[in-house]
Parts: sequence; C-alpha cells; structure tokens
Amino acid sequence: MKAARDLLRGLLRDPAAAAGLLIILLLVAVGILAPLIATHPEAVWDMNPRERLLPPSHVYLFGTDRMGADIYSRVLFGARITLTIALVAVGAALVIGVPIGLVSGWRQSWLGEALMRVSDIFLAVPQIVLAIAIAQTLGPSIENVILALSITYWPWFTRLVHAEVRSLKNETFIEAAIALGVPTWRIILGHVLPNVMSPIIVRTSIGMGFTILTASALGFLGLGAPPPAPEWGRMISESREFLPDAWWYALAPGLAIFLVVMGFNLLGDGLRDVLDPRIRRAGAGK
Amino acid sequence: MRIAALVIKRLAWLLPTLAGLVAVVFFISRVIPADPAALLAGETASRAQIELMRQKLGLDRPVIVQLAEYYRALLSGDLGTSLFTTRPVWDDLSARLPATIELTVAAMIITVVLGIPLGVLAALYRNSWIDHLLRVLTVAGLAVASFWLALLLQLFFAMDLRWFPLQARITGFPPPPITGFYVIDAIAEGNLARLGNVLSHLTLPALTLAFPALATVVRFTRAGVLETLQRSFVTYQRAMGIPAGLIVWKYVLRNSLLSTVTQIGLLFAILLAGAVVIETVFQWPGIGAYAFEAILQSDYAAVMGFTVYAGIVFGIVNLMVDVGHAVLDPREAAA
Repeated sequence: MKAARDLLRGLLRDPAAAAGLLIILLLVAVGILAPLIATHPEAVWDMNPRERLLPPSHVYLFGTDRMGADIYSRVLFGARITLTIALVAVGAALVIGVPIGLVSGWRQSWLGEALMRVSDIFLAVPQIVLAIAIAQTLGPSIENVILALSITYWPWFTRLVHAEVRSLKNETFIEAAIALGVPTWRIILGHVLPNVMSPIIVRTSIGMGFTILTASALGFLGLGAPPPAPEWGRMISESREFLPDAWWYALAPGLAIFLVVMGFNLLGDGLRDVLDPRIRRAGAGK
Repeated sequence: MRIAALVIKRLAWLLPTLAGLVAVVFFISRVIPADPAALLAGETASRAQIELMRQKLGLDRPVIVQLAEYYRALLSGDLGTSLFTTRPVWDDLSARLPATIELTVAAMIITVVLGIPLGVLAALYRNSWIDHLLRVLTVAGLAVASFWLALLLQLFFAMDLRWFPLQARITGFPPPPITGFYVIDAIAEGNLARLGNVLSHLTLPALTLAFPALATVVRFTRAGVLETLQRSFVTYQRAMGIPAGLIVWKYVLRNSLLSTVTQIGLLFAILLAGAVVIETVFQWPGIGAYAFEAILQSDYAAVMGFTVYAGIVFGIVNLMVDVGHAVLDPREAAA
C-alpha cells in the first residue's frame, strides 16, 4: 500500500505524468458516464436522415455524421469500446506473456527455448500485419479484434520478462534463496516477480496506448466492430467520403484517439522515471 | 569474412523464423475457419467452386501433409491466386513492392535528415523552450493515429491550400519503367517536370509515415547525445580548446549515433506497419493498399499472402540493418 502511495506521489510530482493520469481517469469516467453526459444518447445508433452531416453547433457540439447521429455522443460511447479493447487485450497479453517469460528466463530448458522461438515468430512481422490476418479470418467484431491483438501482443511481455529474469538470476539474493533450498515456485513468485514488476507496469501503460492505436487502425481498415458501433477508427474511415465538406467529421474521434494514447504514453514515461531511475526517458515507446 | 559469418548466422536464424511464421499463417487460414475452402473461394463462390477449391487444397488430407504442400508451393513462389485480380498473389505483391519501398525510403530519409539534428538540438539546449517544444512534438508523434494525421494533411494541404496532390503516385503517365521506382526512373529519363510531379505526390504520404518514426529518432538521438556529453573524452576535448561545434557535430554525434542506428530496424517496423493504413488513405499503389483492398473484397488468399510476404521483406530488411550495424561497429559482429 505504501509502495502504491509513493508511486502516486512520484507521478504527481511530474506534470507530464500527472496529465497522463488525469487523461486516463477522464477516459474511464467518460466511459462509465457516457449515457449521462451524452447530449443525444438516443442518436448514437439510430438513423436520423434529416439531421445528416450538420456542422458543429450548440446542439451538436462536434457536428453530425452521415446517419445524422451526434458525433459528440458517439465519441463518448466510443470510449467504452476503446477502453474494453485495450484493457482486455493487454490484460490477456500479460496473462500469456509474463508466465512464459518467467519460465523461459528462469531456466534454460527446451520448453523455454521453444517458447522464445515462438515469440520470435510473432515479432517477425509488425503486429498490425498479423492482427489483420487474424481479424480477417475471424470476421469483424470487437471480440475478434481483442483476440487478434492479444495473440499478437504477448511476445512483447515475454521478451521483456525473459531478459529481466535472466539478469536477476545472477543477483546474490536469488542465489542465496536457491542455496537455502527455497522452492523454485516461491523464489519465482516471491522474489523474481516483484523485481520485474516495474518494467512490466511501464510496458503495460505504453502497451495500452499502442494497442489503442492498432485497434483504431483495424477499425479504420474495416476489421473492427461492425457499424453502427461508435468505434473511433471506423468513424474516421467513414468521414473520408464526405471530405472536404464535412471537415468536422473526423476531428473529434481523431482527437479522442490522440488524447487517450498520449495519456497512456505520458503515464508510461512518468512510471519509468519513478520506478526505474536508471533509464531516464531514453527509449521510445512501442 | 566477419560479415559473411554474420550473414550466415542471421540467415540460419531467419529461415526457421519465417518457416514458423508461415506455419502460423497456415494455422490461421486453414485450421481456425470452420470451412476454409468456402473462405478461400470467396463470398460469391458457388457450391461447385467451393468443392473445387476443397479438392485443390487437399483439405481432406492430414493437416501436416497440407502444411508440407503449403511450404512446397511457397518455395516456388506460390502464395495462391487473388480472387480479385485473378493473378498470382506473389506477382501482384512483387509488382507493387517498389511503390512501398519508395515511400518507406522517402519517409526514412525525412526521419533521419530531420530527426538527428533535432535530437542533437534538444540535447544541447536541454530544458530550454526548444527542448520542450520538441518533447511535445515527439509525444504527439507517438500518439497520433497516422490515418487521422493523413486526413488532416490532405484536408489542409491538398484540398484547402492545393499545394500538394490529394493522392496517387503520379498524375498522367509514369516514367518509362526501369527500376519501378518513379523517382529514379524519372531522373534516369531526365524529365524534370515528371520528377517534380512524382516528388509532389510523394511529399504528404512520406511526411505522414515519417512522423512517428521521427519522434522515435529525436528521442533516441537526444538521449544518446546527453549520455555522450557526460563522457570524459568530451571534457578532455573541451579542455584542449577544440571548438564546441566540432566536438558536438563530429565527435559526440559519432559516438551517440550507434544507439540510433540500432533503432533503424525498429523504425522499419513502424514504417512498414504504417504503410498499410497510409497507402490506403493516399491511394498509394503499394503492398499495403493491396492488403486493404484484399480485406474489403474478402480476398482471403491475398491477405494471407501479404502476411507471409511482409514477413519475408521485414526479415530481409532487418538482416540488412544488422549487417550495416556490424560494418559501422566491428565490436557488434564479435558479440
């Protein structure tokens, strides 16, 4: 508990990280409260041909889309989709990737070697390429986007944990635990895992941002949630037919993606600074 | 010799990885779907066509035999036939590869030419307004959805100001094909008007593609330069009275760039991944746009073929980056 409080204090001292945290909290709040703060919650899924493609006004804050739906309300509801995809996909990637990294990093074994080679295969193409192939096979839906993203993101966690565990293994306190005859599973869960938590937390935050970008790209390509779901990537894709006249159409969903991804990246950078003073804002996120 | 050994070592690692990737794609295409023959034959296929496809694929045989067949076909460059173009997927992709490479290389040049000096500036004037401005830009570069940035650039520079063309690779006829790279072909032809035409089409997509990679390079260069500036040889050179400009742009930069060069493989990943969406927005006739059209048409063989093809291109590019790195830093090859 104290560790969490120290972490929070460290984050709040860094204006960028605090801003990132604020953006994410805002996103969560928007996702939960969408039906309450949306100005036209009824017009998110319905057709409303008479109100089609209206520019921003005090009635429709960000204008309306080709169906006559209020873009502001759609963006708010879209936060739910984005948050669900990112949380579940990154969560699943964590659950798959971290144990594999722990096992393969701890002891040289054929299983660990084989699992690392499998992770190499998934890293042999950019994530989005493989995600496209999987999402295309399964058909456009939110569940399939989540599946495609988790299947293609776990190797990042495996790689990270693998490398950390291997360098930890030579630390004196681990050697001491081995010499004392502490059971392997207790060493891994009680001593190794807590010491690799920091990089995992940092990677999770940056991975959330990256996953949101990839998910929105899948949506943009038509592989995400099918219409009329208010998915941000798809909304931007729809707008292309109506440019340059409906200049407002893509503005709000694009800004929403930008803000949210930036929030996770800033938080990730801040976490890195607080948790791992060795590296200061060196690496770029992926 | 040293380099040759490295190439052989990396190839020995690359081939099984690619074979694994093919197996994964095979699994996705043949094992996950309930009826792969129907999927491969396309949504509009008749019952007879599906049956024909089933026989052609040998789907009644054991999976392992099918996988062996898949490898054998791949070795002869057979990725299946595109439903939409009715041509072999391999030929389609190869014909479109130059467009993608041209775009990627242009983005790479923008990234390096702008990114390294900006990174050095940010490090030299650490915590000044220029550093803060660049930090905002790099944070934005990694957060903005490339397809959205592309639309904004199109809206502003192509539709509103009309400084650049909206989309496509060229207006009018392409230069006589020699290499397939329009820039090189236009230079070879000596046609300046056409070269200008090609370059103006290249500008917006290359800028969009370069933006996230640029952010990465600025951050890495800044960190590298800051680290090098702390080293004792810099203090020594300062004490020797060597001009600050010379120290920074010659000695410090050379020592800090290695970490940036290492990131070029990562940059290619960013660029190649970005190409799929950016080519789509700019109607750029490369392999990324091809993959998108294949998605729209449910052209399944083409999507799977694209995945394998991207793996091969990506693997070769990374191999070349490794070799380039070994040439720059002999210590690397020894490791």
